[in-house]
Amino acid sequence: MKLKSNIAVSENGFMFDPYTGDSYNLNETAVEILKLLKSGKTNEEIIEHFKEKYDVDDATLEQNIYDFIAMLNHYDLIEKQ
Amino acid sequence: MKKLRYERPIINKIKAGVPDKYGMQTKVKIRTEIDGVPVKEIVEKYGSPVFVISEKTIRDTYQQAYMAFQSRYPKVQFAWSYKTNYLDAVCKVYHEEGSWAEVVSGFEYEKALKNGVPGNKIIFNGPDKTDEDIKNAIENGSYIHIDHFDELYSIIRLSNNSTKKAKVAIRVNMDTGVYPKWDRFGFNYENGEAWSAINRIMISENMELVGLHTHIGTYMMTANAYAVAASKLAALADRTNKKYNHSIKYIDMGGGFASKNTLKGAYLPGKDTCPSFDDYAEAITSALINSDIEPDKLPVLFLETGRALIDDAGYLIGSVLANKRLSNARRATIIDIGVNILFTSFWYEHEVYPAQECSQQTEDTTLYGPLCMNIDVIRESIQFPLLQKGDLILIPRVGAYNMTQWMQFITYRPNVVMIDKDKNLHLIRKKEDLLVFKQQEIVPDFLSDQFDKL
Ligand SMILES: Cc1ncc(COP(=O)(O)O)c(C=O)c1O
Repeated sequence: MKLKSNIAVSENGFMFDPYTGDSYNLNETAVEILKLLKSGKTNEEIIEHFKEKYDVDDATLEQNIYDFIAMLNHYDLIEKQ
Repeated sequence: MKKLRYERPIINKIKAGVPDKYGMQTKVKIRTEIDGVPVKEIVEKYGSPVFVISEKTIRDTYQQAYMAFQSRYPKVQFAWSYKTNYLDAVCKVYHEEGSWAEVVSGFEYEKALKNGVPGNKIIFNGPDKTDEDIKNAIENGSYIHIDHFDELYSIIRLSNNSTKKAKVAIRVNMDTGVYPKWDRFGFNYENGEAWSAINRIMISENMELVGLHTHIGTYMMTANAYAVAASKLAALADRTNKKYNHSIKYIDMGGGFASKNTLKGAYLPGKDTCPSFDDYAEAITSALINSDIEPDKLPVLFLETGRALIDDAGYLIGSVLANKRLSNARRATIIDIGVNILFTSFWYEHEVYPAQECSQQTEDTTLYGPLCMNIDVIRESIQFPLLQKGDLILIPRVGAYNMTQWMQFITYRPNVVMIDKDKNLHLIRKKEDLLVFKQQEIVPDFLSDQFDKL
């Protein structure tokens, strides 16, 4: 799973999608996930990375990450396989 | 290595040019206490969902309303509108404050008597009074507010057998400039029907016309409608006095003051738009004082205010059952409060607050109740943080009509608790259980032993 190329994400959480002209606001953890996706990490690797770094229980984290990825899909920001 | 504080990842689309009613960054308000009592403690003791009534708020609000009128007019009497909330404990607080009772059925009438209200301090309204109800009201010296000519003739017939004169008023409906017109209750002013009813009563031996009543609608956003209504009742009182040399003892302006809740579809919150008690009081009392009624004959002003007195004193606590995404990616949160117990969510955009610390990130969310029905929506759209299963929420301003119009559907109606002035909790209505239903239901003998077929 990969973020569409050309989509720019700034450090402070502003994202612009040149395909649609839409822009988005992201919080810090969301920016981090997008970076990991850009670098080719899988969902499972992202979850592992978060578990090690943040104080959060597994079930909440998993639900949140999949929910977030569902939103990326909904906004059509993910490369179709 | 110490782990970092986690925050749920969030993505929000920026909608350029579309002004967002709530602004982009709203601080999430949480409410963890009611009158200084932790919401969590209430739920630990009484379960979720649970209704909570603040005695202090009832008394404070009553005093505000009373002072608004009392400071402008010599004789003011409130009568507590039972249908708005007839839990005995609630009624008793109003009676202690000096309110009479305003009832609209035999059931409410019985309740008022049981609550210790003397018969001659009960106002009996409504189109549905049985012969039995009317007889009781005559015997007890209650004030019967006549709704239609059929009732008027019933009273004449029934009071023939009584040694007592029936004390009556007529309910008058009229054009106050507000639509829809409530013309289905009482006698119309403009077409002369109200005047005919007055004449019919005045020539009767068995009835004493003591008052004139109106209830012009509910959640009235304009105080001026009351000025119009008060002037018209005052004109009727004056005309009665001129023709019969009979002075009307009271003018009853009914209820209908708006509460601070926000009506569905309103752009601004109700607390910013609804008139204050002072606004209503100013409109009504100046109309009466400026009428043709002579100053020494000014009638007592009765008020049957319901929702504006009790709404703020009621809270509903509930908890989150689940979160999900709808097919269009909208977030939905399911709570254990449905339209069966929060009936007023059909009219109001109720405020909903998380009742513990939570994320500051909000998302446009739909709040669903737990009923297996499509109509069970508490809020179509609310900027809300993501809460976890089991988290508590608090809905303020639910004191009016919910604890009387609630429906028993699928599940039991919950506990109702009162917080007294000293922050003690009192259970004032028990959660229902199977026994409540067993007591009401009867299985015919021929159905009592069917289980061998299963
Ligand atoms: C006759 C009468 N009086 C008083 C009330 C209380 O009205 P509100 O709650 O709008 O103040 C009602 C409510 O319907 C009513 O019908």
